[in-house]
Order: sequence, then structure tokens, then C-alpha cells
Amino acid sequence: MNKPLKWLAQGLVLALIMVMIGFLANRPAYTNFPEDQAMIRLSFSHGGGRPDCHRRTPEELAALPPNMRAPMDCPRGRLPVLVELDLDGGPLFHALLPPGGLHGDGPSRVHQGFAVPPGTHTITARLRDSGRTDGFDYEREVTLDVAPRQNLVIDFKTDAGGFIVH
Amino acid sequence: MDLLRRTLRTGFAQVEALLDRVFPPTWQPLYHLGALAFFCLWIVFVSGLYVYAFFDTGTVDAFESVQNMSTSYWYHAGVMRSLHRYASDGMVLFMAAHLLREFSLDRYRGARWFTWVTGVVIIWLVYVSGITGYWLVWDELAQFVAIRTSELVDAIGIFGEPIARNFLTPGSLDDRFFSLMLFLHIAIPLILLMVMWIHLQRLTRPEINPPRGLAIAMLAAFVALALVMPATSQAPADLGRVLGRIGLDWYYLGTYPLADLIGPRGLLGLLGVITVILLALPVMPPMRRPPAATVNLEFCNGCERCVHDCPYEAVKLVPRTDGLPFEHEARVDPALCVSCGICTGACPTATPFRQRGRMIAGIELPHLALKDLRALTDKAAEGLAGDRRIIAIGCDHGVGLEGLGDQAVGVVRLPCTGMLPPSFIDYILSRDLADGVVLTGCAEEACQNRNGIAWTEARIEGGRDPHLRQRVPRERILRIWPGKTGEKALARAIEAFRADLPDQPSAKAVKRPAAQPRPVVADHE
Repeated sequence: MNKPLKWLAQGLVLALIMVMIGFLANRPAYTNFPEDQAMIRLSFSHGGGRPDCHRRTPEELAALPPNMRAPMDCPRGRLPVLVELDLDGGPLFHALLPPGGLHGDGPSRVHQGFAVPPGTHTITARLRDSGRTDGFDYEREVTLDVAPRQNLVIDFKTDAGGFIVH
Repeated sequence: MDLLRRTLRTGFAQVEALLDRVFPPTWQPLYHLGALAFFCLWIVFVSGLYVYAFFDTGTVDAFESVQNMSTSYWYHAGVMRSLHRYASDGMVLFMAAHLLREFSLDRYRGARWFTWVTGVVIIWLVYVSGITGYWLVWDELAQFVAIRTSELVDAIGIFGEPIARNFLTPGSLDDRFFSLMLFLHIAIPLILLMVMWIHLQRLTRPEINPPRGLAIAMLAAFVALALVMPATSQAPADLGRVLGRIGLDWYYLGTYPLADLIGPRGLLGLLGVITVILLALPVMPPMRRPPAATVNLEFCNGCERCVHDCPYEAVKLVPRTDGLPFEHEARVDPALCVSCGICTGACPTATPFRQRGRMIAGIELPHLALKDLRALTDKAAEGLAGDRRIIAIGCDHGVGLEGLGDQAVGVVRLPCTGMLPPSFIDYILSRDLADGVVLTGCAEEACQNRNGIAWTEARIEGGRDPHLRQRVPRERILRIWPGKTGEKALARAIEAFRADLPDQPSAKAVKRPAAQPRPVVADHE
């Protein structure tokens, strides 16, 4: 191979490397989410209530070392949080969220998205964070018009009175 | 594992052979992949400093300032921005190719485990550096990166509040976040640089920069790419909308779409498993290495040549311990020695002219000591016939020598051609063991043991001790470095060399033995 031909070939190899770099730096396009759908995202971090304290019996107290004989036994862990999300009357999400942390004393968390068709929807969110066995402590129902690719967020904050829709 | 390695080696050897026809050895990109990755990092640093002057932090300011670089100041800041991005991508490309090539060459086990393991750490740091950079542009791609990355981090499960909640709504993000990301995007590459320095700690004279010509050509190519295909922002981030179709940088974000299939936790697990496998590769299985080089103190005067020539910093000079009147002695660290024998080639006492009883070098491989080396050479010369006798000396890793051995060509195979003390060439020619010597092995610039070819060349040229004596006729020496796939080129070169060999004046007076059955290849195994 003569010199000019070699230079040309060298240029071509470098060009090929650059095309490879330039092409994969932006292509092929990736569909992150269907363009004709909307997203309802349920996201919150909320600590459930504490289980009831239990008054120790004299026998239980006697079994403990003298310096640990507190009359009340209040567990460190939190209760799980039950959450439900309905869309137009049908169930969309239902979960019993365990408390976080190594000792189960952290908040329960959820961060989950649902693709829904755009249009008018009735969304009902319910949450139970106490020790009750039926019913819910918080409930909110909203009817909204959801646009394609809209990111509708359902958050929960006790201070704000429960569910918040962004 | 061996099959995978051999398959990759075959693939690389073919591409290398193709590129060898186009590039001179010093410019061949595949022989400088690590240095090219380093070079990309330098471009990233310089261009990063430049664009930093134009960058503002803030949810609105970040996007606008980056956009401004590509519109109002496209001819300098825009080009620098593109260089910053493409050199980052180039770094990933060269790094991946470097990793695969080193794996194919079996340069990740044994003494090289440390370099391999630190390389795995570098991969993570490169990715984290790049991903934090994409975040700063705060366009749709940044939004994608922010949400997906925080979901990945949340999958670890150690944070009380999910980080992804910072990107729930437009109002949930504040300007301080960009200051944090900017800090990370500067701090992590600096840590990366430090780990890259550690990565090279067990190499003598590591190649940090590619040859100047290749570097200039590569920089010009990057500038051309920046001008032809400038890096641009996508639409501004809008947390109130879900991202639809986006352009993705597959070098950095290629694994993110997998989260759609296996979820963030699955992706995190997959990345963890890949990392563990990469880290464990040096012991899957461990390398069965020949014994490390040993120092024979009786013959070592602490001249330091082996210390300078060892490519892996396995030989150190330490204070004398045996009472002989020298200040230092050489000491081999077996954990760093790859048993290439280059130290023997550097030792001035490693000469075949020594008396048989004292055929011991100052430093040598226990399984291929100086006496064995001379025995191999003598064996290769046995029964050579004709007046154009050749002894070809090659290595375990380069061109195959098996097809060469015949009545006129004797073959010596060493762990590395750099192991050959130059005095052996003198020995072969002055003792009339052959009429010519061929030195061959790996491709030039691609020595399995990094410096074997360079040191061999320099010793013959007289540029490096121990050098070949002046009395040795250079026209009787052929140096050819055709690489793994160069059997035909080697055979042709030897044929031409034999044809051109001048008559050996001294040889005419010597009565040669008749041809006898002889081994095809004299090797050390």
C-alpha cells in the first residue's frame, strides 16, 4: 500500500471510530414512556403508627434486670401502612407497605407509576396507618382531566391533611 | 473461559493484522487503547474547565447557560462542549476495548490482578462521572438520567426518603441541587484520576499518553466530529410531564432501559453481579505461572539494569546482604513477577561465553536458567545444514514458530524475546552455530510483556545495556515483529533474509556436519 493510500485508510479508520462515537452518543432514540399515555405516580414516605404499649405483669418485670424494669413495654417498630388506589372505580394498586429500617421503625415508602389513557378519570386513594382492622384513616377522591404524557403525582402528607394531588 | 479468551484473541489478532497494514506500529490505535482512554480524559478535563466558565447552576439557568454555549458561542464554547461530551464517550469506547483486549491477552491474572481490579473500579468511576455530567444540562435527557439514577440508588434501600421524590414535580427541585451535582461532577473525576494513577502503579514507565502523531490525529478527529455533529441539548426538563421518546447516550446510559424489563432492583443486582464477576476473573481460574525470577547473589553486582528493564516493577535494588563489596543487590518480588525473563536479557552476566561450570546469571528464571538457554540454542543449531543456516528466536505469545523448523532453520522459543541476552547473538554467529539470526515475536508496540521488543531493539542498536558487541555483523540479524497472525510474512522475510545473507567468511573454513534428525523447535517447555 503506497503512502497516500495509507493516509487515506488511516483517515477512514479514525472517521469510523468518530462515527461510532457520534452515532451512539445520541441514537437510536429510546421510548421511555408511550407518548399517548399519561402517568399517575403514587409516591410518599409515611410512618405508620406505633403499636399499643403493653403494661408488664409483675412476673414479666421480675424476669428483667433491675435497671430495665420499665412498667410499660412500648415496641420500637411501626405498623405497616395499607394503601389503595382506585381508578374509575376499579382497583389500580393495593399494598400493605412494611415499615422501613433494620428494626422496622422507619417510614413506609412507595414510589410507583401507572400508565393510564388520557381523559377524565376519578381517582380514589385510601390509607390506613393505625392499628384498626377495617376501614381507612385517610381517603380522598378526585376527578381530573389527564393529558397525554402528564405526570400526575399523588403524594401523602399528614400535615397537609392526607393525600395531595400535584 | 479459555475458549472465550482465545476467541477474543483471534478476533483482535485479525483486526490488528488489518490495522497493521494501514498504520505504522506507533500509530496503531489498538496498541494504545489505555493511553487513548487517558488522552480522552485529558480532553474532558480541559474542555470541562472551559465550559465551566459558561455554566450557571439552577433549574432554569443550567439549561439556558448550556444552550447558550451551543448557540451564541458555538464556535468556541459549543465546540468545547461537544469535545467534552464526545471525548467522554470515546473514553468509554477505548476503555471497553482496552478491557476486552487485556482479557484476550490473558493480562489480568497472576501478578496483573491488581491492575485489573483497579481497572474495574475505574469503570464505575467513569460511569458515575459521566452520569453526573448529563444531569447538569437539565434537559429531557437529564430528567431521564435523574429519575432513573435516583430509582437505582433507592433500590439499594439505605435511604429513609426515596431520592426519586426529589424529581416528583417541578417545585420539588431547588437550585442547590445543581451545586451538589456540580461538586460531584468535579470531585468524582478527580478521584477517578487518582485511581487511574493507582491503576498504573505496578507498571514500569506506563504509557499515559499516546504517541504524539496518534494524539494529534485523534484530537483532530474529535474536533471534526464536534463541528460536523455538535452536541446539543434536548428539550428543557419538565417534571410535570413524562418523558416520551428521547435520544440516549448508549455509552453511558445503555443499561438504563433494562430497568423497564427487570426493574431498578434487578438492574442494580445485574450490575452488581457483572462487577463481582469482573473482580473475580483473576481467580477464575488463577494463573498457573512458572516460578518467579531468582537472583544469584554470587553473580549480582547490583548494576541495576534488571531493575530498569523489568516492565512490572518486580525487581528492586536493596542494600547488600551477603557481604560482597557492592552497595546493592537486586531483589525480586515474586508477587509482581510474570516470569517473562526480560531481567535475564538485561543482566550483563547472562552470557553463553561463560565456562560451563559457572553458567549462572545474576538473575534468571529457575525453569529456564542461563545454562538451559544455552542448551536450547545449541540444540536449535544441531544438525543445521547448508550455507544459509538460520536460528530464529521467538516468543510464546507472538507469531507461531512451529512451521519454520527445517534443515536450515533452527528455532528457539522463549517466554519473551526480550529475555535473550544480546551476547547469545554473538555466540550463535561467532561460534558458527548459524549464518544468520532472526529475532521475532509479538507485533511491534504490542509486546505481551510491554517492553520486550523495545529493549531487544535497543540492545542491538547499542542504545541500552547490555548492548550487542560491535563485532557482530548486523547484516546477519533480521528483526521482524509480525504479531500473532504473521506466519506467512515471517516465512517470506526469512526466505528473503536467507537469500541476501552474505557468505560467512569464517564459515567456509569450517567443515559442517551432515544433516541429522533434529528437533523442529527447541523451546523451554
